[in-house]
Amino acid sequence: MNIHEYQGKEILRKYGVSVPNGRVAFTVDEAVEAAKELGSEVVVVKAQIHAGGRGKAGGVKVAKNLDEARTYAEEILGKTLVTHQTGPEGKEVKRLLIEEGCDIKKEYYVGLVLDRVTSRVVLMASEEGGTEIEEVADKTPEKIFKEEIDPVVGLTGYQARRIAFSINIPKELINKTVKFMTSLYTAFIEKDCSIAEINPLVVTGDGNVMALDAKLNFDSNALYRHKDILEYRDLEEEDAKEIEASKYDLSYISLDGNIGCMVNGAGLAMATMDIIKHYSGDPANFLDVGGGATAEKVTEAFKIILSDAKVKGIFVNIFGGIMKCDIIAEGVVEAAKQLGLQVPLVVRLEGTNVDLGKKILRESGLNITPAESMADGAQKIVELVG
Amino acid sequence: MSVFINKDTKVIVQGITGSTALFHTKQMLEYGTKIVAGVTPGKGGTEVEGVPVYNTVSEATKATGANASVIYVPAPFAADAILEAVDAELDMAICITEHIPVLDMVKVKRYMEGKQTRLIGPNCPGVITPDECKIGIMPGYIHTKGHVGVVSRSGTLTYEAVHQLSQEGIGQSTAVGIGGDPVNGTDFIDVLKAFNEDPETYAVIMIGEIGGTAEEEAAEWVKANMTKPVVGFIGGRTAPPGKRMGHAGAIISGGKGTADEKIRVMNECGIKVADTPSVMGVTLISALKENGIYDKCKTH
Repeated sequence: MNIHEYQGKEILRKYGVSVPNGRVAFTVDEAVEAAKELGSEVVVVKAQIHAGGRGKAGGVKVAKNLDEARTYAEEILGKTLVTHQTGPEGKEVKRLLIEEGCDIKKEYYVGLVLDRVTSRVVLMASEEGGTEIEEVADKTPEKIFKEEIDPVVGLTGYQARRIAFSINIPKELINKTVKFMTSLYTAFIEKDCSIAEINPLVVTGDGNVMALDAKLNFDSNALYRHKDILEYRDLEEEDAKEIEASKYDLSYISLDGNIGCMVNGAGLAMATMDIIKHYSGDPANFLDVGGGATAEKVTEAFKIILSDAKVKGIFVNIFGGIMKCDIIAEGVVEAAKQLGLQVPLVVRLEGTNVDLGKKILRESGLNITPAESMADGAQKIVELVG
Repeated sequence: MSVFINKDTKVIVQGITGSTALFHTKQMLEYGTKIVAGVTPGKGGTEVEGVPVYNTVSEATKATGANASVIYVPAPFAADAILEAVDAELDMAICITEHIPVLDMVKVKRYMEGKQTRLIGPNCPGVITPDECKIGIMPGYIHTKGHVGVVSRSGTLTYEAVHQLSQEGIGQSTAVGIGGDPVNGTDFIDVLKAFNEDPETYAVIMIGEIGGTAEEEAAEWVKANMTKPVVGFIGGRTAPPGKRMGHAGAIISGGKGTADEKIRVMNECGIKVADTPSVMGVTLISALKENGIYDKCKTH
């Protein structure tokens, strides 16, 4: 799960990670009020959207007085920012972070992320702050330093010190940097983060070490134990169909095509998209109904697919294991009854309780095109959609 | 012969009284798997499907001589269930449960260092040695005994591959689902090693997907060590970057973990990669023929 920068900074502040003072604003007046309250010489007006690259897209401005703060707030609020992470349609700015300006001496990068090769959390840092870490990794990999963290002892002082010296933090600020990194690690572990990226971390003229930006992502599988993080969820940043799907624990992702897909298992769901593309069709979504789905859940999944106006046909591809074919069949039949079925439906069933599933579909009286295999099903639906 | 499990494997079902576990316990028993005990804390002394239930894994192990366990425990408690199986010194713990918090698994992996238990999964369909032992949730009837090893990050794609092989008359030695999570107990290389050493496995099909670099590392290992033909498939060629495709581990991030890159490395390392999931079986058969072992692998 993603959250906004200002929310991430709120969390970090609680863990003793130093961040600039700031306030969130939903309107221009609130933005000006926030700037007044902060009382600093300079304030930064920052667009809050769930995507990086805001600065380059004109979503971050430095205001030298309240009038400028108002002008920038007016300019940015309601604006659609297009960055390399938003897609071409961009994202509308509905929240601003108004933050104290600071005297930046130098920018660094610090990040915590899971390393899949070692199955450990890794602390990464670089002197090349402010640029994307992938870019640094490509061009100057020698400037990235890493420390693998043993979960038994956590990020140790010596590791944090070693990495702070490696990225040339001024020696009088080493202790502050160590505290910054260990506090960041504690936040990462206690809140079940999947990413904690501080880019840039800055050293300021008055001798502070601060997170100027903060990107925190959370492991959605761990949210059950973090009700406080769930409250940070901003539904306006998410796709409406994906929100609906998440209510039923369905794994759904919107795509641009016109063939709705309902599949069990993530691997098969991806492969189903691939094979539709292979036969020159275009999938409208990724949908994994999961293992323990009930007929009701399947019905909801079907409704979500049908609620997409782009969908001109549906391909149900099921290989039952933990998922039983009869449950899928019942759910499909129920959804089709409730909503009426105006588009072609191709169903391929295989696996646990397959005969029972096929029988339910056959006896439903619905206009269903059965498929013998996934290739057969993909070809049929592509043909039917035309 | 086979890898990891066989007709002598004695299995404990952790979380046996849950509805999913019950359903699959029944299916495993029907398949002929030796389920010797179940564990549900507080339900010790009872019996389900004729299987005695114990309160703890160590108690169940001592009483029955079990050497493997399969875990159906809900995600918030699943990491602890794995630790309990490791503590009881079982040879194998197969964790079916999905949605385990990844930092729980980081701790589990650390705890398992130097321990004797092999963990398969989590978020996996399990392991099956056809006609001998089925541990997990895969539909038994699609499998046939034979000489092709199957290893996969995806449950349903494993079924797909096995089904295609069986339809073409190619039996399987063992099929192993290693699971779709970013931190898992057994990786591709562990399974490939086992298949390489198993005299009854003549060829391997390896099914990966977007995210991470496990397939690339496995391909390099195959190039350097494998004496048997390996073919592959990678799911998610058309997946958009930055989106987690169902599996916690299936995500293209920072331009890394794409299907194209994996396929490129696999091809470079001599692994033929099927163009579509529908031709996994056919691709394997052509490799068997090229290596002159088709007749040896044709089982029915």
